[in-house]
Amino acid sequence: MRTQIPALASLLVVAAVLCVLPFILSDYNIYLAAQVGVFFVAVLGLNILTGYTGQISIGHGAFMAIGGYTTAVMSRDHHTNLVVTMLMALAICFVVGLIVGLPALRFSGVYLALVTFALAVSIPFIPLQYSTFLGGVGGVTSSEEVSNLWIYVAAWTCSALGFVLAWLLLRGRLGRAFRAIRDSEIAAVASGVELPVYKTLAFGISAAYAGVAGSLFVLATNGFANPDEFGVFLSLELLIGAAIAGLGSLWGILAGAAFVGLLPQVSNSVPVIGHNQGRDVVFGAAVILVMLVLPDGFAGLVARLRRLARA
Amino acid sequence: MASAESSAIAGLRRRGALDAGTATVWLVLLGAAIFLLIGCLRSTAFAGYTIQGLALGSVYGSLALALVLVYRATHVINFAQGELAMLTTYIAYQLMQWGLSYWVAFAATLAIAFALGTLLQVTLIRPVQHRSVIAVVIVTVGLFILIDGIVNWIWGADFKVLQSPFGFASFDVGGVAIPHKDVWVIGVVLVSVLLVWGLFRFTKVGLGMRAAALRPAAAALVGVRVDSMLAIGWGLAAVLGAVAGLMAEPFQFSLSPTFMQPILVYAFAAAVLGGLESPAGALVGGLAIGVTLTLIVGYVPQIGAELQTPFAFAVLLLVLLVKPTGLFGRREVRRV
Repeated sequence: MRTQIPALASLLVVAAVLCVLPFILSDYNIYLAAQVGVFFVAVLGLNILTGYTGQISIGHGAFMAIGGYTTAVMSRDHHTNLVVTMLMALAICFVVGLIVGLPALRFSGVYLALVTFALAVSIPFIPLQYSTFLGGVGGVTSSEEVSNLWIYVAAWTCSALGFVLAWLLLRGRLGRAFRAIRDSEIAAVASGVELPVYKTLAFGISAAYAGVAGSLFVLATNGFANPDEFGVFLSLELLIGAAIAGLGSLWGILAGAAFVGLLPQVSNSVPVIGHNQGRDVVFGAAVILVMLVLPDGFAGLVARLRRLARA
Repeated sequence: MASAESSAIAGLRRRGALDAGTATVWLVLLGAAIFLLIGCLRSTAFAGYTIQGLALGSVYGSLALALVLVYRATHVINFAQGELAMLTTYIAYQLMQWGLSYWVAFAATLAIAFALGTLLQVTLIRPVQHRSVIAVVIVTVGLFILIDGIVNWIWGADFKVLQSPFGFASFDVGGVAIPHKDVWVIGVVLVSVLLVWGLFRFTKVGLGMRAAALRPAAAALVGVRVDSMLAIGWGLAAVLGAVAGLMAEPFQFSLSPTFMQPILVYAFAAAVLGGLESPAGALVGGLAIGVTLTLIVGYVPQIGAELQTPFAFAVLLLVLLVKPTGLFGRREVRRV
């Protein structure tokens, strides 16, 4: 318990800062901070799957798409309360995640990466084919628009709840089973971990997080869901976020989410290189640089600093 | 005793003794070939689709082969392979803008691609290589985004046209119009693949590369420079990627910064279909995907252009569920 005091203190500080931020920031910056919150939820979910259970996924943008479209369609067709649509997104993505987890029982490593990548590539084509229900190229617009402050509060409430939930889940029996699977599947089975149950469960939980994030993501873009915003790039961004946060640790997620949430926006107007290109050049170079300098992401950096402080 | 027996069985497997799975794969492929042949003989439209599919498929196959080369050497997927191919195609475009003829630019581009691939491996991949698979994957993803940005910065996002010497004329074989372009593309890919195969099979460098990929530690002990071999492997992969990029351009009719992305996706599918470890599998996988998609788009309007990617992946998923290591992959035996 003693060792957890600094961790708890830093959590309280972060929470306090997040509570104060909306009173200080301008409307646009609140929007950016809300984006970070959205990515926080998604990266947290991906970390449960990739970091703790060792199942790599390059398809989490697909779950975000499902969550986002759930919110947009329910709001458009039934004027459902937005919080209810988020819960729906959570439930639907949990189930879809369980289903996607089934083939994962047979694949591992690179094959799983490619299967999930296939999912990420395929999903944006679905709305194009079923355009009467899912809006086609034009997308779906929800019936309600919410303010940036609303998104901010929603995103960070979800982040806080998700973080506490993840912490509670991962410190107990479930987390031990997940880590056992990550370290060695065969050894895990030999110690009585039911591989099918826990692997699909990891996919389900992780997808549920991504679903909520997707729903928030759509609300943050004026309640507008279209295929372009859920392309492969989004899935790659999530993976980058998780790697920069540090896989298998909850302490770097804020940094990972801030990296993918803020850097593309902030670096939008780089001198010399220009508008969009500047974003890609800076983002790509930063990703490579961080991976070269910080092998275990920010969580690894925190652990190293803590060791230094103790010594 | 038991271990001696199992190693004998493993030895048989390695020498390519047919087990039931491999036999089924060959039967299925033979069946598909016969189906295509009969189709081509009976209908000229079918023959046209098939040939176009083969040409597209050989492009997918050569990029898939590039992925397989990298995978065999380092057990990672290079997500930037397609963007690297796109970059080298732009370099060819630039060389031709400066007045070089197509084939001179072609050769120069391949040389530049080799240097570029080697350089990237040495500077960016080698430092993270021994860390974890995911670290390497993230670096290649970063490279993907970086190359995209750089190409957009230098050449802009608008379409460019590469003056390919293949023209728009076509041969007439028994009423079937076969565009010169398709024949050239298949030929060029075939020649480059054969050259790479020959390099691996008959030269000392090739032997060293195979050794470095299979047993890095043992190879290092007998004096193979494993690190240099891996760098050369990346260079060769970049060369095959450049061939894929240059040959893909005539099908897209123009050059844009995103033109390799769909091709990369199909190349992934082809590589996985072939078993990721198998160069021949990658080529067969590429051809299979090219032909299947062209026929599907041609004959099944319900699937059409919109759903062809999801369809390709549904098929891929089915194949993998039946045979998780792909068509030509070997099951890995792991010690705990």
